Amino acid sequence: MTWCEVPGWLIGNEAIANYGCRMFGGLAVTLQLVAISVSLGAAMALLLALVRLYGGKVASTLVGGYTTFFRGTPLLCQLYLVYYGAGQFRPFLTDIGLWTLFRDAFFCAAFTFTLNTAAYQAEIFRGAIQSVGRGQWEAARALGLHWRGILRHIILPQAAMVALRPLGNELVIMVKSSAVASLVTIFDLMGTTRLAFARSFDLTVYLFAAVLYLCIVEVIRRTWDVAERRLTRHLQAG
Amino acid sequence: MDSYLTLLSFGDRGWGDELASGALVTIALALATLPFGLALGLVVALLKRSSSAALRAVGTVYTTVFRGLPELLTLYIVYFGLQLGMQHAWKTLGFSGNLEMPAFVAGMIALGLVLAAFSSEVWVGALNAIPKGQREGAYALGLTRGLAFRLVVMPQLLRVALPGLGNNWMVLLKETSLISVIALPDLMYWTGRANIVTKEPFLFFGAACLIYLVFSLISSAGLQALERRTNRGVAHNAGAGR
Repeated sequence: MTWCEVPGWLIGNEAIANYGCRMFGGLAVTLQLVAISVSLGAAMALLLALVRLYGGKVASTLVGGYTTFFRGTPLLCQLYLVYYGAGQFRPFLTDIGLWTLFRDAFFCAAFTFTLNTAAYQAEIFRGAIQSVGRGQWEAARALGLHWRGILRHIILPQAAMVALRPLGNELVIMVKSSAVASLVTIFDLMGTTRLAFARSFDLTVYLFAAVLYLCIVEVIRRTWDVAERRLTRHLQAG
Repeated sequence: MDSYLTLLSFGDRGWGDELASGALVTIALALATLPFGLALGLVVALLKRSSSAALRAVGTVYTTVFRGLPELLTLYIVYFGLQLGMQHAWKTLGFSGNLEMPAFVAGMIALGLVLAAFSSEVWVGALNAIPKGQREGAYALGLTRGLAFRLVVMPQLLRVALPGLGNNWMVLLKETSLISVIALPDLMYWTGRANIVTKEPFLFFGAACLIYLVFSLISSAGLQALERRTNRGVAHNAGAGR
């Protein structure tokens, strides 16, 4: 017996014992998918936020349109648009050598989730950067710092504190939303659970998946509490 | 280009009327879920502020669970769970045959449970924002607890809670798209059908995205107007630039 069969054996449920290993494998896929898209999305979002704030009128409007689109439409619809829509552009995608990527469901999901979370995170970063007082810019410029230095050493560290909590929420939302990946043939936690239910007709597998999702969310929440205490330790009394 | 317009047109050869009927189902589902979810959310919020530790625990566990679960999973659990439960009850009562769970009701319950968890947080915040003196003053005037809540707390509550609840609405509107997986003929469902028949995924999913986007934009404009209206009696808020 391997470790992943233990939970099902412990609660004496045959379906969970049989599909436990697949479901833990699915959990790993979910975590990969979320880790890839949230981290790539964060890098993209920072760029988008800076363009939105300091990039001039045209670029700023374009970024605004981008965020409005991705925040105003369902993730499921975006995923279908990319996953099914890419097939229509096959000759073009083959020409530029990207078809092998877009043929893969995992890539399509990671791609869509990245674009989606980048839009949400861009708004978080924008709000956080704007929350840093004007005086900070002026004082830094008076000290002769270059604008890149000001951003890196003065503005972003202070913005990070404000952005931390909403970023944690966004991470939790992505863990939950990533379940729609199961609808485009990906065997993430949700996908493996659907498979287990379709074969066993035992509703307990869904409840087991629910416990696993709640565990991930709880771990993120606790980690974030620790990170927040650390980032704000200079503001705490004593 | 012409053929695209034909595909999106109303009538036998186009999918416009199907998409429109799907969009109506989407809106109907969101509107039907809203009062149920908000009312349940208020109840959960009152539980979380209750003086009894047991009731507070119930409220906290409720929000932790339904805020932490993927909406898709909640939907499956509600849909299949109710289905099995109903069939079990049906057999126990001595009837034969199968009882089907209507997808619309399952969707309404699942989305309502999730909305209740998220909106309860907004309600708690709003309840905390109303000074205790308001309630004490109402009691001093001889109002009962129920009347004080309805006539004094509630009107102020709505104004404070509106931005948060508006956010909840925008999220709900997008979450309705998940209902297509249990075969409710909503916008997403008809878009999927059109894609299978016409092999024009980019056109149809693009159109669906734009329809959702229009709903979102209309909602956010409507909410802004509503916020201005609820704030009209509050001088310093009405003037604040938004």
